[in-house]
Amino acid sequence: MGEAMTSAAIPVVVEFSGGLEMLFADKQRLTLNVPATDKDNKPATIAYLVDYLCEEEMGDARKDLFVLDGHLRPGILVLINDADWELEGEEAYELQSGDNVLFVSTLHGG
Amino acid sequence: MPPTTCIRCQTNRAVVKRPKNHHKVCKECFLAAFEDEVHHTITSSKLFQRGERIAIGASGGKDSTVLASVLKTLNERHDYGLDLILLSVDEGIKGYRDDSLETVKRNASQYEMDLKIVGYDELYGWTMDQVVETVGKKGNCTYCGVFRRQALDRGAKMLKIKHVVTGHNADDIAETVLMNLLRGDLPRLSRSTSIVTGHAASEVKRSKPLKYAYEKEIVLYAHHKKLDYFSTECIYSPEAFRGTARSLIKTLEKVRPSAILDIVRSGEDMARLTPDKDQSSCACDEGESMGGCGSANGRSSGNELAEMEASLKKQSNHASLETDVSAKSNATVPDTVELPLRTHRKEGLGTPLQKLGQCTKCGYMSSQSICQACMLLDGLNKNRADIAI
Ligand SMILES: [Zn+2]
Ligand SMILES: [Zn+2]
Repeated sequence: MGEAMTSAAIPVVVEFSGGLEMLFADKQRLTLNVPATDKDNKPATIAYLVDYLCEEEMGDARKDLFVLDGHLRPGILVLINDADWELEGEEAYELQSGDNVLFVSTLHGG
Repeated sequence: MPPTTCIRCQTNRAVVKRPKNHHKVCKECFLAAFEDEVHHTITSSKLFQRGERIAIGASGGKDSTVLASVLKTLNERHDYGLDLILLSVDEGIKGYRDDSLETVKRNASQYEMDLKIVGYDELYGWTMDQVVETVGKKGNCTYCGVFRRQALDRGAKMLKIKHVVTGHNADDIAETVLMNLLRGDLPRLSRSTSIVTGHAASEVKRSKPLKYAYEKEIVLYAHHKKLDYFSTECIYSPEAFRGTARSLIKTLEKVRPSAILDIVRSGEDMARLTPDKDQSSCACDEGESMGGCGSANGRSSGNELAEMEASLKKQSNHASLETDVSAKSNATVPDTVELPLRTHRKEGLGTPLQKLGQCTKCGYMSSQSICQACMLLDGLNKNRADIAI
Protein backbone atom coordinates (compact mmCIF):
# COMPACT_ATOMS: atom_id res chain seq x y z
CA MET A 1 0.00 0.00 0.00
CA GLY A 2 1.40 3.37 -0.97
CA GLU A 3 1.73 6.43 1.21
CA ALA A 4 -0.99 9.04 1.06
CA MET A 5 0.58 10.99 -1.74
CA THR A 6 -2.20 12.52 -3.74
CA SER A 7 -0.12 13.09 -6.81
CA ALA A 8 1.24 9.53 -6.96
CA ALA A 9 0.35 7.30 -9.86
CA ILE A 10 0.18 3.53 -10.20
CA PRO A 11 1.58 1.99 -13.36
CA VAL A 12 -0.76 -0.74 -14.66
CA VAL A 13 -1.27 -2.62 -17.89
CA VAL A 14 -4.85 -2.91 -19.09
CA GLU A 15 -5.83 -5.38 -21.81
CA PHE A 16 -9.06 -5.86 -23.77
CA SER A 17 -10.43 -8.87 -25.57
CA GLY A 18 -13.63 -10.38 -26.92
CA GLY A 19 -14.54 -7.26 -28.88
CA LEU A 20 -14.05 -4.68 -26.12
CA GLU A 21 -10.98 -3.33 -27.89
CA MET A 22 -13.41 -1.76 -30.35
CA LEU A 23 -14.43 0.68 -27.63
CA PHE A 24 -10.82 1.70 -27.11
CA ALA A 25 -9.76 2.59 -30.64
CA ASP A 26 -8.96 -1.08 -31.39
CA LYS A 27 -6.18 -1.07 -28.82
CA GLN A 28 -5.71 -4.42 -27.13
CA ARG A 29 -3.24 -3.17 -24.58
CA LEU A 30 -2.85 0.09 -22.71
CA THR A 31 0.02 1.05 -20.44
CA LEU A 32 -1.38 3.53 -17.95
CA ASN A 33 -0.38 5.57 -14.97
CA VAL A 34 -3.55 5.66 -12.93
CA PRO A 35 -3.85 8.19 -10.06
CA ALA A 36 -3.20 6.33 -6.82
CA THR A 37 -6.22 7.79 -5.09
CA ASP A 38 -9.68 8.84 -6.16
CA LYS A 39 -11.22 12.26 -5.54
CA ASP A 40 -12.15 11.26 -1.98
CA ASN A 41 -8.54 10.31 -1.33
CA LYS A 42 -9.39 6.59 -1.23
CA PRO A 43 -6.99 4.11 -2.85
CA ALA A 44 -7.68 3.46 -6.52
CA THR A 45 -9.74 0.31 -7.03
CA ILE A 46 -10.98 -1.62 -10.06
CA ALA A 47 -14.21 0.39 -9.83
CA TYR A 48 -12.10 3.53 -10.07
CA LEU A 49 -10.14 2.09 -12.98
CA VAL A 50 -13.37 1.38 -14.85
CA ASP A 51 -14.49 5.00 -14.40
CA TYR A 52 -11.05 6.21 -15.36
CA LEU A 53 -11.10 4.13 -18.56
CA CYS A 54 -14.51 5.51 -19.51
CA GLU A 55 -13.45 9.08 -18.96
CA GLU A 56 -9.88 9.07 -20.17
CA GLU A 57 -9.45 6.28 -22.66
CA MET A 58 -12.74 5.33 -24.29
CA GLY A 59 -12.97 6.78 -27.76
CA ASP A 60 -16.46 5.50 -28.30
CA ALA A 61 -19.87 6.80 -27.33
CA ARG A 62 -21.25 3.36 -26.52
CA LYS A 63 -20.25 3.42 -22.88
CA ASP A 64 -23.17 1.14 -22.04
CA LEU A 65 -21.32 -1.74 -23.70
CA PHE A 66 -18.79 -1.44 -20.89
CA VAL A 67 -20.66 0.01 -17.92
CA LEU A 68 -24.27 -0.57 -16.96
CA ASP A 69 -26.00 1.09 -14.00
CA GLY A 70 -22.71 2.36 -12.64
CA HIS A 71 -21.02 -1.06 -12.64
CA LEU A 72 -19.00 -3.07 -15.09
CA ARG A 73 -21.47 -4.65 -17.46
CA PRO A 74 -22.43 -8.22 -16.49
CA GLY A 75 -20.89 -10.65 -18.96
CA ILE A 76 -17.50 -8.94 -18.94
CA LEU A 77 -14.86 -11.05 -17.23
CA VAL A 78 -11.98 -9.45 -15.40
CA LEU A 79 -8.66 -11.16 -14.77
CA ILE A 80 -6.32 -9.47 -12.34
CA ASN A 81 -2.81 -10.84 -12.86
CA ASP A 82 -4.42 -13.84 -14.54
CA ALA A 83 -6.77 -14.56 -11.63
CA ASP A 84 -10.54 -14.29 -11.76
CA TRP A 85 -11.46 -10.97 -10.13
CA GLU A 86 -14.07 -12.81 -8.08
CA LEU A 87 -11.13 -14.17 -6.08
CA GLU A 88 -9.68 -10.71 -5.59
CA GLY A 89 -12.62 -8.71 -4.32
CA GLU A 90 -14.04 -7.62 -7.70
CA GLU A 91 -14.63 -3.86 -7.94
CA ALA A 92 -13.18 -3.28 -4.47
CA TYR A 93 -9.75 -4.66 -5.38
CA GLU A 94 -7.09 -2.00 -4.77
CA LEU A 95 -4.71 -1.54 -7.68
CA GLN A 96 -1.08 -2.38 -7.08
CA SER A 97 1.90 -1.17 -9.01
CA GLY A 98 2.55 -3.37 -12.05
CA ASP A 99 -0.87 -5.04 -12.06
CA ASN A 100 -2.17 -6.52 -15.27
CA VAL A 101 -5.92 -6.16 -15.66
CA LEU A 102 -7.61 -7.97 -18.53
CA PHE A 103 -11.22 -7.25 -19.54
CA VAL A 104 -12.86 -9.92 -21.71
CA SER A 105 -16.33 -9.61 -23.13
CA THR A 106 -18.35 -12.82 -23.27
CA LEU A 107 -21.38 -11.03 -24.65
CA HIS A 108 -20.87 -12.41 -28.07
CA GLY A 109 -20.93 -15.98 -29.28
CA GLY A 110 -18.34 -17.58 -31.43
CA MET B 1 -6.74 -10.30 -0.20
CA PRO B 2 -4.31 -13.15 0.51
CA PRO B 3 -3.98 -15.65 -2.34
CA THR B 4 -6.45 -18.52 -2.13
CA THR B 5 -5.21 -22.10 -2.35
CA CYS B 6 -6.74 -24.47 -4.91
CA ILE B 7 -9.48 -26.63 -3.38
CA ARG B 8 -8.48 -29.63 -5.52
CA CYS B 9 -4.72 -29.93 -5.26
CA GLN B 10 -4.34 -27.88 -2.08
CA THR B 11 -1.08 -26.62 -3.51
CA ASN B 12 -1.29 -24.00 -6.23
CA ARG B 13 -2.80 -20.57 -6.14
CA ALA B 14 -6.48 -20.57 -7.18
CA VAL B 15 -7.13 -18.46 -10.28
CA VAL B 16 -10.66 -19.53 -11.23
CA LYS B 17 -13.89 -19.42 -9.25
CA ARG B 18 -16.18 -21.92 -10.92
CA PRO B 19 -19.71 -20.58 -11.45
CA LYS B 20 -21.46 -23.94 -11.01
CA ASN B 21 -20.14 -24.79 -7.53
CA HIS B 22 -18.07 -21.79 -6.40
CA HIS B 23 -14.95 -23.98 -6.22
CA LYS B 24 -11.74 -22.02 -6.26
CA VAL B 25 -9.22 -23.89 -8.36
CA CYS B 26 -5.79 -23.43 -9.89
CA LYS B 27 -5.14 -23.30 -13.60
CA GLU B 28 -4.12 -26.95 -14.00
CA CYS B 29 -7.04 -28.26 -11.93
CA PHE B 30 -9.46 -26.02 -13.81
CA LEU B 31 -8.32 -27.26 -17.23
CA ALA B 32 -8.52 -30.87 -16.04
CA ALA B 33 -11.98 -30.44 -14.51
CA PHE B 34 -13.31 -28.72 -17.62
CA GLU B 35 -12.05 -31.54 -19.85
CA ASP B 36 -13.37 -34.24 -17.51
CA GLU B 37 -16.80 -32.67 -17.55
CA VAL B 38 -16.99 -32.49 -21.33
CA HIS B 39 -15.84 -36.12 -21.43
CA HIS B 40 -18.63 -36.97 -19.00
CA THR B 41 -21.20 -35.18 -21.18
CA ILE B 42 -19.96 -37.11 -24.23
CA THR B 43 -19.94 -40.54 -22.62
CA SER B 44 -23.12 -40.20 -20.59
CA SER B 45 -25.13 -39.14 -23.63
CA LYS B 46 -23.32 -41.61 -25.92
CA LEU B 47 -22.65 -38.83 -28.37
CA PHE B 48 -20.10 -40.53 -30.59
CA GLN B 49 -19.43 -43.90 -32.12
CA ARG B 50 -16.03 -45.36 -32.73
CA GLY B 51 -14.80 -44.63 -36.22
CA GLU B 52 -17.30 -41.82 -36.74
CA ARG B 53 -16.32 -38.87 -38.94
CA ILE B 54 -17.17 -35.65 -37.17
CA ALA B 55 -17.20 -32.16 -38.61
CA ILE B 56 -16.56 -29.44 -36.07
CA GLY B 57 -18.38 -26.27 -37.06
CA ALA B 58 -15.50 -23.82 -36.81
CA SER B 59 -15.85 -20.06 -36.90
CA GLY B 60 -12.48 -19.19 -35.41
CA GLY B 61 -14.30 -17.83 -32.37
CA LYS B 62 -13.78 -18.94 -28.78
CA ASP B 63 -16.53 -21.56 -28.56
CA SER B 64 -15.63 -23.55 -31.63
CA THR B 65 -11.90 -23.21 -30.98
CA VAL B 66 -12.31 -24.55 -27.44
CA LEU B 67 -14.51 -27.34 -28.81
CA ALA B 68 -11.89 -28.35 -31.38
CA SER B 69 -9.09 -28.25 -28.81
CA VAL B 70 -11.00 -30.24 -26.17
CA LEU B 71 -12.23 -32.83 -28.67
CA LYS B 72 -8.71 -33.38 -29.93
CA THR B 73 -7.44 -33.78 -26.36
CA LEU B 74 -10.22 -36.17 -25.36
CA ASN B 75 -10.10 -38.15 -28.60
CA GLU B 76 -6.46 -38.90 -27.87
CA ARG B 77 -6.69 -39.27 -24.10
CA HIS B 78 -9.71 -41.59 -24.08
CA ASP B 79 -9.21 -43.16 -27.49
CA TYR B 80 -12.64 -42.26 -28.91
CA GLY B 81 -11.44 -43.33 -32.34
CA LEU B 82 -12.98 -40.30 -34.05
CA ASP B 83 -11.97 -38.75 -37.34
CA LEU B 84 -12.25 -35.00 -36.62
CA ILE B 85 -12.32 -32.34 -39.30
CA LEU B 86 -12.95 -28.60 -39.17
CA LEU B 87 -15.82 -27.24 -41.25
CA SER B 88 -16.06 -23.51 -41.87
CA VAL B 89 -18.54 -21.43 -43.77
CA ASP B 90 -17.56 -18.50 -45.93
CA GLU B 91 -20.53 -16.20 -46.43
CA GLY B 92 -18.80 -14.47 -49.30
CA ILE B 93 -18.57 -11.01 -47.77
CA LYS B 94 -15.41 -9.36 -49.02
CA GLY B 95 -13.02 -8.83 -46.14
CA TYR B 96 -15.34 -10.01 -43.40
CA ARG B 97 -14.19 -13.60 -42.91
CA ASP B 98 -10.56 -13.07 -43.79
CA ASP B 99 -9.27 -12.85 -40.21
CA SER B 100 -11.49 -15.54 -38.77
CA LEU B 101 -10.74 -17.94 -41.65
CA GLU B 102 -7.04 -17.29 -41.12
CA THR B 103 -7.55 -18.27 -37.47
CA VAL B 104 -9.32 -21.47 -38.50
CA LYS B 105 -6.48 -22.28 -40.89
CA ARG B 106 -3.96 -21.89 -38.08
CA ASN B 107 -6.15 -24.06 -35.83
CA ALA B 108 -6.20 -26.74 -38.51
CA SER B 109 -2.42 -27.00 -38.44
CA GLN B 110 -2.20 -26.60 -34.64
CA TYR B 111 -4.67 -29.45 -34.12
CA GLU B 112 -3.56 -31.44 -37.17
CA MET B 113 -7.06 -31.59 -38.54
CA ASP B 114 -8.32 -31.33 -42.10
CA LEU B 115 -10.17 -28.11 -42.85
CA LYS B 116 -13.00 -27.68 -45.34
CA ILE B 117 -14.27 -24.22 -46.12
CA VAL B 118 -17.61 -24.15 -47.92
CA GLY B 119 -18.84 -20.96 -49.54
CA TYR B 120 -22.37 -19.64 -49.81
CA ASP B 121 -21.83 -19.63 -53.56
CA GLU B 122 -21.34 -23.42 -53.55
CA LEU B 123 -24.20 -23.98 -51.12
CA TYR B 124 -26.78 -21.54 -52.40
CA GLY B 125 -25.48 -20.18 -55.67
CA TRP B 126 -25.28 -16.73 -54.08
CA THR B 127 -22.58 -15.01 -52.06
CA MET B 128 -23.75 -12.53 -49.44
CA ASP B 129 -22.19 -9.73 -51.45
CA GLN B 130 -24.38 -10.71 -54.40
CA VAL B 131 -27.42 -10.86 -52.12
CA VAL B 132 -26.67 -7.34 -50.92
CA GLU B 133 -26.36 -6.16 -54.51
CA THR B 134 -29.80 -7.56 -55.18
CA VAL B 135 -31.79 -6.76 -52.05
CA GLY B 136 -29.82 -3.79 -50.79
CA LYS B 137 -28.21 -3.48 -47.43
CA LYS B 138 -31.39 -3.33 -45.47
CA GLY B 139 -32.51 -6.92 -45.62
CA ASN B 140 -29.24 -8.74 -45.82
CA CYS B 141 -29.05 -9.75 -42.14
CA THR B 142 -32.16 -11.83 -42.54
CA TYR B 143 -30.69 -13.69 -45.48
CA CYS B 144 -27.41 -14.23 -43.75
CA GLY B 145 -29.10 -15.56 -40.60
CA VAL B 146 -31.36 -17.96 -42.48
CA PHE B 147 -28.58 -19.16 -44.76
CA ARG B 148 -26.17 -19.59 -41.90
CA ARG B 149 -28.61 -21.75 -39.99
CA GLN B 150 -28.44 -24.39 -42.71
CA ALA B 151 -24.93 -23.85 -44.00
CA LEU B 152 -23.16 -26.35 -41.76
CA ASP B 153 -25.66 -29.10 -42.48
CA ARG B 154 -25.54 -28.48 -46.20
CA GLY B 155 -21.76 -28.31 -46.08
CA ALA B 156 -21.54 -31.58 -44.15
CA LYS B 157 -23.89 -33.23 -46.60
CA MET B 158 -21.67 -32.11 -49.47
CA LEU B 159 -18.72 -33.74 -47.73
CA LYS B 160 -20.74 -36.86 -46.91
CA ILE B 161 -20.29 -36.31 -43.18
CA LYS B 162 -23.21 -37.32 -41.03
CA HIS B 163 -22.42 -35.65 -37.74
CA VAL B 164 -21.70 -31.98 -37.07
CA VAL B 165 -20.74 -30.70 -33.62
CA THR B 166 -21.10 -27.05 -32.70
CA GLY B 167 -19.74 -24.93 -29.89
CA HIS B 168 -23.06 -23.97 -28.34
CA ASN B 169 -22.59 -23.53 -24.62
CA ALA B 170 -24.84 -23.47 -21.54
CA ASP B 171 -25.36 -19.71 -21.84
CA ASP B 172 -26.54 -20.10 -25.45
CA ILE B 173 -28.99 -22.83 -24.47
CA ALA B 174 -30.27 -20.89 -21.45
CA GLU B 175 -30.78 -17.90 -23.70
CA THR B 176 -32.78 -19.93 -26.20
CA VAL B 177 -34.83 -21.55 -23.45
CA LEU B 178 -35.73 -18.12 -22.08
CA MET B 179 -36.61 -16.76 -25.52
CA ASN B 180 -38.89 -19.65 -26.27
CA LEU B 181 -40.42 -19.48 -22.82
CA LEU B 182 -41.20 -15.81 -23.35
CA ARG B 183 -42.69 -16.60 -26.74
CA GLY B 184 -44.75 -19.43 -25.28
CA ASP B 185 -43.18 -21.85 -27.74
CA LEU B 186 -42.70 -25.01 -25.72
CA PRO B 187 -42.15 -27.39 -28.63
CA ARG B 188 -39.24 -25.32 -29.83
CA LEU B 189 -38.03 -24.91 -26.28
CA SER B 190 -37.89 -28.66 -25.96
CA ARG B 191 -35.91 -29.05 -29.16
CA SER B 192 -33.44 -26.38 -28.17
CA THR B 193 -32.46 -28.22 -25.01
CA SER B 194 -31.66 -31.59 -26.51
CA ILE B 195 -27.99 -32.33 -26.91
CA VAL B 196 -28.54 -34.02 -30.27
CA THR B 197 -30.79 -32.57 -32.92
CA GLY B 198 -31.53 -33.78 -36.39
CA HIS B 199 -34.51 -35.58 -37.69
CA ALA B 200 -34.41 -39.34 -38.08
CA ALA B 201 -34.93 -38.77 -41.77
CA SER B 202 -32.44 -35.98 -42.14
CA GLU B 203 -28.97 -37.01 -43.10
CA VAL B 204 -27.03 -34.82 -40.76
CA LYS B 205 -27.01 -35.14 -37.00
CA ARG B 206 -26.02 -32.17 -34.89
CA SER B 207 -24.76 -32.17 -31.36
CA LYS B 208 -23.49 -29.81 -28.71
CA PRO B 209 -20.75 -31.33 -26.52
CA LEU B 210 -20.29 -28.02 -24.65
CA LYS B 211 -23.96 -27.86 -23.73
CA TYR B 212 -23.23 -27.81 -19.99
CA ALA B 213 -20.15 -25.60 -20.18
CA TYR B 214 -20.46 -22.02 -18.95
CA GLU B 215 -19.44 -19.36 -21.40
CA LYS B 216 -17.30 -17.88 -18.66
CA GLU B 217 -15.36 -21.13 -18.36
CA ILE B 218 -15.00 -21.44 -22.11
CA VAL B 219 -13.38 -18.01 -22.20
CA LEU B 220 -11.17 -18.91 -19.25
CA TYR B 221 -10.24 -22.25 -20.81
CA ALA B 222 -9.21 -20.50 -24.02
CA HIS B 223 -7.27 -17.94 -22.01
CA HIS B 224 -5.39 -20.30 -19.71
CA LYS B 225 -4.72 -22.81 -22.47
CA LYS B 226 -3.52 -19.89 -24.61
CA LEU B 227 -5.67 -20.98 -27.53
CA ASP B 228 -5.45 -19.06 -30.75
CA TYR B 229 -8.91 -17.69 -31.42
CA PHE B 230 -10.43 -14.75 -33.18
CA SER B 231 -11.84 -12.48 -30.55
CA THR B 232 -12.37 -9.17 -32.19
CA GLU B 233 -15.86 -10.00 -33.24
CA CYS B 234 -18.76 -7.70 -33.58
CA ILE B 235 -20.28 -6.99 -30.19
CA TYR B 236 -23.50 -5.50 -31.45
CA SER B 237 -26.47 -7.42 -30.25
CA PRO B 238 -27.52 -9.82 -32.97
CA GLU B 239 -31.21 -9.09 -32.69
CA ALA B 240 -33.10 -7.00 -30.16
CA PHE B 241 -34.95 -9.84 -28.46
CA ARG B 242 -31.96 -12.21 -28.27
CA GLY B 243 -29.78 -9.37 -27.03
CA THR B 244 -32.22 -8.72 -24.21
CA ALA B 245 -32.38 -12.39 -23.26
CA ARG B 246 -28.58 -12.50 -23.28
CA SER B 247 -28.21 -9.49 -20.97
CA LEU B 248 -30.83 -10.93 -18.66
CA ILE B 249 -28.87 -14.18 -18.38
CA LYS B 250 -25.61 -12.40 -17.68
CA THR B 251 -27.31 -10.32 -15.00
CA LEU B 252 -28.83 -13.42 -13.41
CA GLU B 253 -25.43 -15.10 -13.47
CA LYS B 254 -23.95 -12.18 -11.60
CA VAL B 255 -26.47 -12.57 -8.79
CA ARG B 256 -26.66 -16.35 -8.84
CA PRO B 257 -24.05 -18.11 -10.96
CA SER B 258 -25.81 -21.47 -10.95
CA ALA B 259 -28.84 -19.85 -12.64
CA ILE B 260 -27.52 -20.66 -16.11
CA LEU B 261 -27.33 -24.41 -15.62
CA ASP B 262 -30.58 -24.27 -13.65
CA ILE B 263 -32.33 -22.73 -16.66
CA VAL B 264 -30.84 -25.41 -18.93
CA ARG B 265 -32.09 -28.12 -16.57
CA SER B 266 -35.51 -26.51 -16.26
CA GLY B 267 -35.65 -26.44 -20.04
CA GLU B 268 -34.87 -30.16 -20.15
CA ASP B 269 -37.56 -30.89 -17.58
CA MET B 270 -40.11 -28.86 -19.50
CA ALA B 271 -39.07 -30.71 -22.65
CA ARG B 272 -40.15 -33.95 -21.01
CA LEU B 273 -43.66 -32.52 -20.70
CA THR B 274 -43.82 -31.75 -24.39
CA PRO B 275 -45.17 -34.81 -26.17
CA ASP B 276 -43.74 -34.15 -29.63
CA LYS B 277 -40.16 -33.67 -28.65
CA ASP B 278 -38.82 -36.18 -31.13
CA GLN B 279 -41.06 -35.34 -34.01
CA SER B 280 -39.15 -32.69 -35.82
CA SER B 281 -35.88 -31.51 -34.55
CA CYS B 282 -35.38 -28.33 -36.41
CA ALA B 283 -33.33 -26.32 -34.01
CA CYS B 284 -33.78 -23.01 -35.77
CA ASP B 285 -32.91 -20.07 -33.63
CA GLU B 286 -29.81 -21.54 -32.15
CA GLY B 287 -27.63 -21.13 -35.19
CA GLU B 288 -27.71 -17.41 -34.87
CA SER B 289 -25.28 -17.31 -32.04
CA MET B 290 -22.60 -18.71 -34.28
CA GLY B 291 -20.49 -15.85 -35.41
CA GLY B 292 -23.12 -13.21 -34.95
CA CYS B 293 -24.26 -10.75 -37.48
CA GLY B 294 -22.22 -11.55 -40.52
CA SER B 295 -23.07 -8.52 -42.53
CA ALA B 296 -20.73 -5.76 -43.45
CA ASN B 297 -23.68 -3.72 -42.38
CA GLY B 298 -23.32 -4.90 -38.79
CA ARG B 299 -24.12 -1.52 -37.39
CA SER B 300 -27.76 -1.76 -38.32
CA SER B 301 -29.94 -1.10 -35.33
CA GLY B 302 -31.70 -3.77 -33.38
CA ASN B 303 -35.00 -2.32 -34.46
CA GLU B 304 -34.18 -2.75 -38.07
CA LEU B 305 -33.31 -6.37 -37.45
CA ALA B 306 -36.43 -6.90 -35.44
CA GLU B 307 -38.47 -5.46 -38.30
CA MET B 308 -36.77 -7.82 -40.72
CA GLU B 309 -37.48 -10.75 -38.46
CA ALA B 310 -41.06 -9.70 -38.17
CA SER B 311 -41.63 -9.38 -41.88
CA LEU B 312 -39.86 -12.64 -42.54
CA LYS B 313 -42.07 -14.35 -40.01
CA LYS B 314 -45.14 -12.92 -41.62
CA GLN B 315 -43.95 -14.26 -44.89
CA SER B 316 -43.53 -17.73 -43.52
CA ASN B 317 -46.83 -17.62 -41.67
CA HIS B 318 -45.34 -17.80 -38.23
CA ALA B 319 -47.13 -14.61 -37.45
CA SER B 320 -50.48 -16.24 -38.05
CA LEU B 321 -49.46 -19.03 -35.72
CA GLU B 322 -48.85 -16.54 -32.98
CA THR B 323 -52.11 -14.69 -33.42
CA ASP B 324 -53.90 -17.97 -33.67
CA VAL B 325 -52.59 -19.13 -30.36
CA SER B 326 -53.22 -15.98 -28.44
CA ALA B 327 -56.73 -15.72 -29.84
CA LYS B 328 -57.73 -19.25 -28.96
CA SER B 329 -55.79 -19.99 -25.87
CA ASN B 330 -58.35 -18.62 -23.45
CA ALA B 331 -61.14 -20.56 -25.12
CA THR B 332 -59.69 -23.98 -24.35
CA VAL B 333 -58.23 -24.14 -20.92
CA PRO B 334 -55.71 -26.94 -21.18
CA ASP B 335 -55.03 -29.37 -18.39
CA THR B 336 -51.54 -29.72 -17.04
CA VAL B 337 -50.10 -31.87 -19.78
CA GLU B 338 -51.98 -30.74 -22.87
CA LEU B 339 -50.18 -27.74 -24.24
CA PRO B 340 -52.07 -25.16 -26.23
CA LEU B 341 -49.50 -24.97 -28.98
CA ARG B 342 -49.70 -28.68 -29.55
CA THR B 343 -53.46 -28.63 -29.86
CA HIS B 344 -53.38 -25.90 -32.44
CA ARG B 345 -50.60 -27.52 -34.36
CA LYS B 346 -52.66 -30.66 -34.70
CA GLU B 347 -55.57 -28.66 -36.03
CA GLY B 348 -53.42 -27.28 -38.80
CA LEU B 349 -52.80 -23.68 -39.50
CA GLY B 350 -53.82 -23.05 -43.05
CA THR B 351 -50.28 -23.59 -44.22
CA PRO B 352 -49.61 -27.16 -45.24
CA LEU B 353 -47.45 -28.59 -42.51
CA GLN B 354 -45.09 -31.37 -43.44
CA LYS B 355 -45.62 -34.36 -41.24
CA LEU B 356 -41.98 -35.27 -41.34
CA GLY B 357 -40.89 -31.68 -40.97
CA GLN B 358 -38.76 -31.52 -44.08
CA CYS B 359 -38.50 -28.97 -46.82
CA THR B 360 -39.93 -30.37 -50.03
CA LYS B 361 -37.28 -28.55 -52.05
CA CYS B 362 -34.03 -29.27 -50.25
CA GLY B 363 -34.92 -31.86 -47.64
CA TYR B 364 -33.71 -29.70 -44.78
CA MET B 365 -35.66 -29.88 -41.51
CA SER B 366 -38.46 -27.37 -41.60
CA SER B 367 -41.81 -26.87 -39.99
CA GLN B 368 -43.11 -25.48 -43.28
CA SER B 369 -43.36 -27.29 -46.60
CA ILE B 370 -40.67 -25.02 -47.97
CA CYS B 371 -37.88 -23.95 -45.66
CA GLN B 372 -36.96 -20.33 -45.09
CA ALA B 373 -33.75 -20.61 -47.08
CA CYS B 374 -35.50 -22.08 -50.12
CA MET B 375 -38.17 -19.42 -49.85
CA LEU B 376 -35.57 -16.66 -49.82
CA LEU B 377 -33.63 -18.32 -52.65
CA ASP B 378 -36.83 -18.60 -54.67
CA GLY B 379 -37.36 -14.90 -54.26
CA LEU B 380 -33.78 -14.11 -55.14
CA ASN B 381 -33.75 -16.25 -58.23
CA LYS B 382 -37.16 -15.12 -59.48
CA ASN B 383 -36.69 -11.48 -58.93
CA ARG B 384 -33.05 -10.55 -58.88
CA ALA B 385 -33.75 -6.88 -58.94
CA ASP B 386 -36.43 -6.35 -56.37
CA ILE B 387 -37.65 -8.78 -53.77
CA ALA B 388 -40.45 -7.47 -51.68
CA ILE B 389 -39.63 -8.25 -48.08
ZN1 LIG C 1 -5.10 -27.24 -8.22
ZN1 LIG D 1 -35.38 -25.93 -48.29
